[in-house]
Amino acid sequence: MHSNMFLIRYQEIGIKGRNRYLFENKINSNIKKALYPLGKGKIKITNMRGRILVALGDAEPSKAAEYLSRVFGIATFSPVIKIVAEEEAIYQSSEAVMRQALERKGIKLGENDNVLTFRTNVKRADKTFPIRSMDMAARLGSYLLDNIPGLKVDLHNPDLSVSVDIRDGNAYVFSEKLPGPGGLPLGTSGKGILLLSGGIDSPVAGWMCMKRGVEIEALHFHSFPFTGEKSKEKVKDLCRVLARHNNRIKLHIAHFTDIQKSIQKSSCPEDFRITVMRRFMFRIAERLAAKNNALALVTGESVGQVSSQTLENMTAINEVTKLPVLRPVVAFDKNEIVEMAQKIETYDISIQPYEDCCTLFLPKVPITTKPSLDKIHKAEESLDIDEMVNDAMEKIETIYITSNS
Amino acid sequence: MKQEIYLDNAATTKPTKAVVQEMVQCLEHIYGNPSSVHRLGVEAERVVTRAREAVAGILKANPKEVIFTSGGSESNNLAIKGAAYALAKRGKHIITSEIEHSAVYSLCQDLEEDGFEVTVLPVDKEGIVQTNDLKAALREDTILVTIMYVNNETGAIQPIEEIGKVIDAAKEANKIPLWHVDAVQALGKIPLYPAKMGINMLSLSAHKAHGPKGIGALYISKGTPLHPQISGGGQEMGLRSGTENVPAIAGFRAAVSDFKEMQQDAKHMAKLRQMLVEGILKNIPDTRLNGLPPGNEQAAPHIANISFTGVRGEVLLHSLEGEGIFTSTGSACSSRKAVEHRVLNAMGLSNEEMEGAIRFSFNAQNSEEEVVIVIEKLKEIVKELRSFA
Repeated sequence: MHSNMFLIRYQEIGIKGRNRYLFENKINSNIKKALYPLGKGKIKITNMRGRILVALGDAEPSKAAEYLSRVFGIATFSPVIKIVAEEEAIYQSSEAVMRQALERKGIKLGENDNVLTFRTNVKRADKTFPIRSMDMAARLGSYLLDNIPGLKVDLHNPDLSVSVDIRDGNAYVFSEKLPGPGGLPLGTSGKGILLLSGGIDSPVAGWMCMKRGVEIEALHFHSFPFTGEKSKEKVKDLCRVLARHNNRIKLHIAHFTDIQKSIQKSSCPEDFRITVMRRFMFRIAERLAAKNNALALVTGESVGQVSSQTLENMTAINEVTKLPVLRPVVAFDKNEIVEMAQKIETYDISIQPYEDCCTLFLPKVPITTKPSLDKIHKAEESLDIDEMVNDAMEKIETIYITSNS
Repeated sequence: MKQEIYLDNAATTKPTKAVVQEMVQCLEHIYGNPSSVHRLGVEAERVVTRAREAVAGILKANPKEVIFTSGGSESNNLAIKGAAYALAKRGKHIITSEIEHSAVYSLCQDLEEDGFEVTVLPVDKEGIVQTNDLKAALREDTILVTIMYVNNETGAIQPIEEIGKVIDAAKEANKIPLWHVDAVQALGKIPLYPAKMGINMLSLSAHKAHGPKGIGALYISKGTPLHPQISGGGQEMGLRSGTENVPAIAGFRAAVSDFKEMQQDAKHMAKLRQMLVEGILKNIPDTRLNGLPPGNEQAAPHIANISFTGVRGEVLLHSLEGEGIFTSTGSACSSRKAVEHRVLNAMGLSNEEMEGAIRFSFNAQNSEEEVVIVIEKLKEIVKELRSFA
């Protein structure tokens, strides 16, 4: 008998056809990385068809559960007892699992007429096991009824389920199913450059893409001295939260002040400045993507949220890049984004009141919401775009952020 | 290494080598609890006693009149709340000023909510409390007057002697007010003799004078009734329970033993302040000094607050930071809040002047060369920033 193990289930990977092994290898190595802080070499990960078994050794199971709950691609996972698939052994382990569950829930059966309803589930992937699933479930049920007083069967709405998964000559017994974040293993969908401002939306956008398997490198535009060291710290803090899913995040900090100054001094009309500024951000992001083998840009734009996020402005901004621009929150309401941000724990950092570089250099006139490309091109006419971008590229600072840096 | 010109000494100062050494020595060897009766305890107690004597020494006070606290804010809390609740049966009126540090200011607001009545005295355009206003505000039921010694944002030295005379007169006329002075910004710059001046309570903080953070003191004249704010093992004469922070106390002692040079140091800093103020006002248009001009007796030697109209203080601060020059836009505790210009507002500054205000604050190790560099950099930066306005 082996305990202190987790049985991990993933959802979409199962349908990935001939690429399946790529996804399975990735989720394996992501799980390994996620559990790395619990001790190198101590943790054993085994691939079984459609499931992953993690043997924790003497590592703390509650910590492991916390880390696993952040690994994208995991649908659910359960602490399990592993035994050889024999009838008697299954009964005994099931009883042990049931008793553990009662203890966990603080229920003392037999006292004060306490009753607990339960059901059993048996899945027999291994047909060499002689008893059919339904029969085995019934036999196990009556064994538990006989051995633990105070139990009552309820097939539809039980307080507790005891499940047995029989595969490859072994049986895995468990009663808990913990939720993973779902999605696809990080790194199986290529890489994207996330334009990370420090506000509420962009970290959510980054998280959503990570959930779909996209590895993220963050790009932040810093406008020293118009924004200070504290706004940089805030972006690093956001990366720390995202890094919980990825061990580390590569953060690029581009110095944007010179570009902002050049635009300010140029003949660019005031109401076009923000759009022109954002075109520069995208140009830099695209260059950075090429340099780092990224295949997409990711932004927290939401259509119509601010005047620079109209479809016309998005068109004007998209013009400068050939890469797909992923905007996962594009059709979300602000309150929906806020809810997500709270769930992924970036909200409290995002609302700290340090100015990001968008709030300065704001023109005193309302910005144009319907720029035509002709007018944009004219607004940029006097700017030496290549030199400005080259200069910014040269000055980019790159740091690695881990969840405990 | 890039140059580092530290002009934010009103926020905190760098501990001296002697302070660090004392503290390390203490952490490594004198780790006993001063309340323990064995040798290790007695050694630690000796450290605390010597430090108490040293702090009392610079105040020309009796060591029994000095207790250690965690710093300026705690000293202010103990003094003001402690006195207010001790005297609440005799009256509920407290007098303070518009320019107090937020520790005192919000403390008085708390007391107001708790049924005390607080009169907040205004200041003139140079940030000085007028004694006539104090005279007019004193009442039969005034139990406490709390006015700071040196303002932390402008460096304005308050007329402590005259305030003392007004309070003495009030005491003679059977009025009771206790007198508390927040002297956190005065320590190490101006001689402080609370006993001689009739001050009942005086707050100090070590880290504003090259000592460690997390340690301060409260001078309490003999016989001053105070309610302790922290109950427990009865340390610090029952007024401040909690095991003494022995290493920090040792560091505090090391810091005050450097005060021998106070007069020359103050003179040196006043010279730097004069150079800076004159250099800026002469070379950079649309600037103004918030506070008293160099040479004025009521100008503290180490603080100069200057408005650069049309420039945002924060942006100027970061630009200077980019050149390795560290300053402040106000009191360090409050620079996070955008609407925190209470003191400058009380002096009647316009919004633009408040927004463009920078505080430069010196220590005795700053040099004339540094001031020259700062003026040169300011000339360039302000000109550039204004071109974007």
